[in-house]
Amino acid sequence: MIEKNHHIIIKGTRDGLTLYLDDSCSFDHLIVELDRVLSQDDLEAEDSLVRINIQLGYRHLHTDQEKILRDLIRKKKKLVVQNIESKVILKDEAIKWKEESDVRILAKTIRSGQEIEITGDLLLVGDVNPGGTVKATGNVFIMGNLNGIAHAGYQGNRDAVIMASYMNPVQLRIADLYSRSPDYETEGVYMECGYIDESNKIIIDRLQVVARKRPELNGFERSVLNG
Amino acid sequence: MAEAIVITSGKGGVGKTTTTANLGTALALMDKKVCLLDTDIGLRNLDVVMGLENRIIYDIIDVSLGRCKLKQALIKDKRFDYLFLLPAAQTSDKHDLTPEAMIDIIAELKQEFDYILIDSPAGIEQGYKNAVAGADHAIVVTTPEKSSVRDADRIIGLLEQEEIEPPKLVVNRIRNHMMKTGDMLAVDEIIQVLAIDLLGIVADDDEVIKASNHGEPVAFQPNTKASISYRNIARRILGESVPLQSFEEEQGMFAKMKKFFGGGR
Repeated sequence: MIEKNHHIIIKGTRDGLTLYLDDSCSFDHLIVELDRVLSQDDLEAEDSLVRINIQLGYRHLHTDQEKILRDLIRKKKKLVVQNIESKVILKDEAIKWKEESDVRILAKTIRSGQEIEITGDLLLVGDVNPGGTVKATGNVFIMGNLNGIAHAGYQGNRDAVIMASYMNPVQLRIADLYSRSPDYETEGVYMECGYIDESNKIIIDRLQVVARKRPELNGFERSVLNG
Repeated sequence: MAEAIVITSGKGGVGKTTTTANLGTALALMDKKVCLLDTDIGLRNLDVVMGLENRIIYDIIDVSLGRCKLKQALIKDKRFDYLFLLPAAQTSDKHDLTPEAMIDIIAELKQEFDYILIDSPAGIEQGYKNAVAGADHAIVVTTPEKSSVRDADRIIGLLEQEEIEPPKLVVNRIRNHMMKTGDMLAVDEIIQVLAIDLLGIVADDDEVIKASNHGEPVAFQPNTKASISYRNIARRILGESVPLQSFEEEQGMFAKMKKFFGGGR
């Protein structure tokens, strides 16, 4: 079922309806036409909910415009907006996106009482000493000794991991989970990585194992997923 | 060119004052013009360790508030012609001393002396900030204990924010037998954590306590372990390269003989 309109193309897929909205006409124009198009085929009451995906092309919607669009569709019976996609994003968003997927390199020793907070991934060339803390919204990679506290995904990303050349931390924190070192003296381990496993606990395992469990660590896939 | 060196540690009781007194003495023994500066307002000790307590009339607060001239407050040592002490105040408030006043005082002292050693109080507050204000270099003193190393690490972090050269480390109160058994942190371990250059190591020597109770720094004695350590550190400050001392117990005559006859282990 393909219905050709002036500025709107509707395609039915297994996931519901996809609306392709023309990106060259005015927004008001689009709304008027969308209202008309969606009113045409009234759905029967016994039909199940229809999910709507919207493709904006090269149009960028402001938040109030997006609200108008969502409200319009919600007013129609049995329609739910699932996703709105655009090929363009704002500069601010792009910078934020880049920051969050960037790896920030820091070459210094994090000493007792010092705390480092990073947006994105942290690559520390140096040690975290006892009493020092490093935090990142993404992953934490430490090329040195981790003897203090490391907090990965501190704004809630549970997929984040903590890697260190030498792992002997006071605490490991990932998102909202904490784990601490045992109460007896321990020798640290070399080239290991902390992550959250299926039972929602932070565990430490060999780098190679974790690399397999977190394929999204590969740079390209990660940046695409973040989008 | 004169150098101002601050001696600090974060933690109290690790031997800042002893180190200041002994390095001052050792430098004076090498014919350098040295001034010791006590910034521990309210808890001054440097004058006691130097045995100069009875000579104090004015102190550093009097100088900073303009109640006397700098020259009037300086106390000449009993043993050396060119070792002086500027004592801390015992009764004033530590907020009477400001970093700006310290910078002025040190600038004036630099015209007269080769080395200005600044003894800092424990802690990281106002007193520490005053002590660091006019310094060109810093020496961090630690003992081979976890808590002391932790505080040294904190201080090094703070010193990195100052316009000061990277600090050097003195590990004080080393007990050789405990390090051997692993009951004390090894010097290598400490250096690995703190990641700064080692300036010297000092043995835990009973003579240090004896000497300071007599008001005579141990560095003045010719042959004790600690005095050699301090003199070595002073030589390193002057730019000489001196190998680290070994703290192996000297074997007595009897043990040597046993070894000679193959009776030893």
